[in-house]
Amino acid sequence: MSSAVARYVCSQGPEQSTDICFSGDWTLDAPAPAFTTLASELEQQQNRTLRCQVDDNLEWDSALIAFLLQCHNYCLTRELTLDSSALPDGARKLLALSTAVASLEIAAAEPKSLLERLNPSAPLLRLWHSLEAALEFIGSVSLALGALMRGRANTRLTDFLNFLFEAGPKALGIITLTSFLVGMILAYLGAAQLAQFGAQVYVADLVTVGMLREMGALMTAVVMAGRTGAAYAAQLGTMQTREEIDAIVTLGISPVEFLVLPRLLALIVIMPLLVIYANFIGILGGALVASGMGVSLTQFLEETRTVITLTQLNVGLGKALVFGTLIALAGCYSGINCGRSSAAVGEATTNAVVTAIVFLIVADAAINIALQNMGI
Amino acid sequence: MTTDAPHIHVEQLTMAYGSNLIQQELTFDVNRGDVFVIMGGSGCGKSTLLKHMIGLYEPAVGDIFYAGRSFNKTDDAGRFQLRREWGITYQSGGLFSAMTLAENTALPLQQYTKLGATEIADIVAYKLALVGLAGYQDYYPSEISGGMQKRAGLARAIALDPDILFFDEPSAGLDPISSQLLDELILQMKESLGATVVIVTHELASIFAIANNSVFLDAETKTMIAYGDPKQLREDSSEEKVRRFLARGKSGNGSTA
Ligand SMILES: Nc1ncnc2c1ncn2[C@@H]1O[C@H](COP(=O)(O)OP(=O)(O)OP(=O)(O)O)[C@@H](O)[C@H]1O
Ligand SMILES: [Mg+2]
Repeated sequence: MSSAVARYVCSQGPEQSTDICFSGDWTLDAPAPAFTTLASELEQQQNRTLRCQVDDNLEWDSALIAFLLQCHNYCLTRELTLDSSALPDGARKLLALSTAVASLEIAAAEPKSLLERLNPSAPLLRLWHSLEAALEFIGSVSLALGALMRGRANTRLTDFLNFLFEAGPKALGIITLTSFLVGMILAYLGAAQLAQFGAQVYVADLVTVGMLREMGALMTAVVMAGRTGAAYAAQLGTMQTREEIDAIVTLGISPVEFLVLPRLLALIVIMPLLVIYANFIGILGGALVASGMGVSLTQFLEETRTVITLTQLNVGLGKALVFGTLIALAGCYSGINCGRSSAAVGEATTNAVVTAIVFLIVADAAINIALQNMGI
Repeated sequence: MTTDAPHIHVEQLTMAYGSNLIQQELTFDVNRGDVFVIMGGSGCGKSTLLKHMIGLYEPAVGDIFYAGRSFNKTDDAGRFQLRREWGITYQSGGLFSAMTLAENTALPLQQYTKLGATEIADIVAYKLALVGLAGYQDYYPSEISGGMQKRAGLARAIALDPDILFFDEPSAGLDPISSQLLDELILQMKESLGATVVIVTHELASIFAIANNSVFLDAETKTMIAYGDPKQLREDSSEEKVRRFLARGKSGNGSTA
């Protein structure tokens, strides 16, 4: 294999034409001249015809044709004639093939003006549109729920049971770990303060009320947002990219009834159960810490019994219902509105988790303020 | 580099997914410059065979040699070298959905050559033009039609002027004209670059137009029941099934062969 440098030479040819003679290695593995230099050379000449010539030692592959294609396009815009008859047979045919279909006239996207790009109302407008879309989604979910109650929804029980299993039993391990630790953290937090008054035994009250009203529901929800909400977004997003959701729609099935409802209902059912479990485990965690500080298990449980009321439990369970709904809605909404590429699926998943967690905290604060005002 | 060994030699190949046997005892050669067609009914294992030939799956039994070299017995560097010479399209596209057509086509060039960004852009423009997608550089796969996706996959496959081209049903979903342009393109790749083409296809018109060698896989006996030039096979294969498969083209189109 020779390795001569790829080059071309322009010269005056017969009958008002310019000859371009190619020689050397025009291959992908070697640097080739840039077309722009040839273009500027061609600007200097008056001939209406360009004749491609080749040298005997020419080695070529796609690198040459890519160059020739640019010559062809150049000639097209200047209304010159490109005579490729002297090219090797294969090269000529490949060039012919690559010019067989006219290039797409690209309506070059007009570069946006600075004002447009910095348009201060744009983010607001986007926010408004996404709000509209979210409300529309919530509306269609409500309609689907209505249809379900009238027994007319395309929601399958097996799907629901599958998601129930996915979200429930399979999540127990991680819920156990996190709520046990949260219970311990609450106990440590309180113990340091209460010890100053010699009132360690009230650690039990702090842990119990803290878990029941607040941390049990919130921590479970955060875990479920990362675990199940993200999974929902990824599942539906992938279905969107693979045209599965299109298929569902064209089968005359509402994707909300078929895909969103079973997931939503599964989370609504499972969240309170998980929260009760998390409360229990959290109190155990607190008890363990307390026993290290001289509060015996019986003392702890005795104290706990006095503060556990139905109201406290209900506050936590109510929150669990709200949080479960939020997580499922955020996950499904992001998934269904996913773009059609693999990157879009990743984005949808991130969105689902971030939105869910933000809304969880906002909702939690709102509920607490409302309860405070109602004196519960 | 050229040896007397056939370009691809499949030796006593048995393919299985776990315990699910797909095909067994396949032995055939693909010679340099062949346009080799893998034929057979739907689900008989054509795509599976292709995936074995491109080293995605390991044979349950047997081996595949490329100019005498076994892919499975080669180290990573050797595999890299072999793969550099292959261009592949997949049955369901295999385009990267998060990348534009230009980025998709540029990827092998970035991976295997030292070309600069503008040079790569020029090559990409040419490759897209070859498959009739000139100007579609900045489109995402989801923004073009199914047939266009097929052709974009092809552009990516031929980015490196490969030595061997593997196509899984490249013309499914193409209109007759594009399909014919594709046949022409395949022939050109073969003639001008000396590429060997292995192709899974059902298009009888294109089988007779471009293929000079073929193998017919049978789902019932789970092995190959014919091997040779499809034009010949249509006339005098000993297997009724093969003749019937290939003759469908005659009734629909009298002027193929
Ligand atoms: N990843 C896989 N795991 C298990 N079995 C598979 C897998 N892919 C394919 N099969 C099975 O292998 C058999 C052959 O499939 P293959 O995709 O090779 O068929 P094909 O000949 O390409 O069919 P078609 O013409 O429809 O594309 C089928 O029975 C299929 O069920
Ligand atoms: Mg297949």
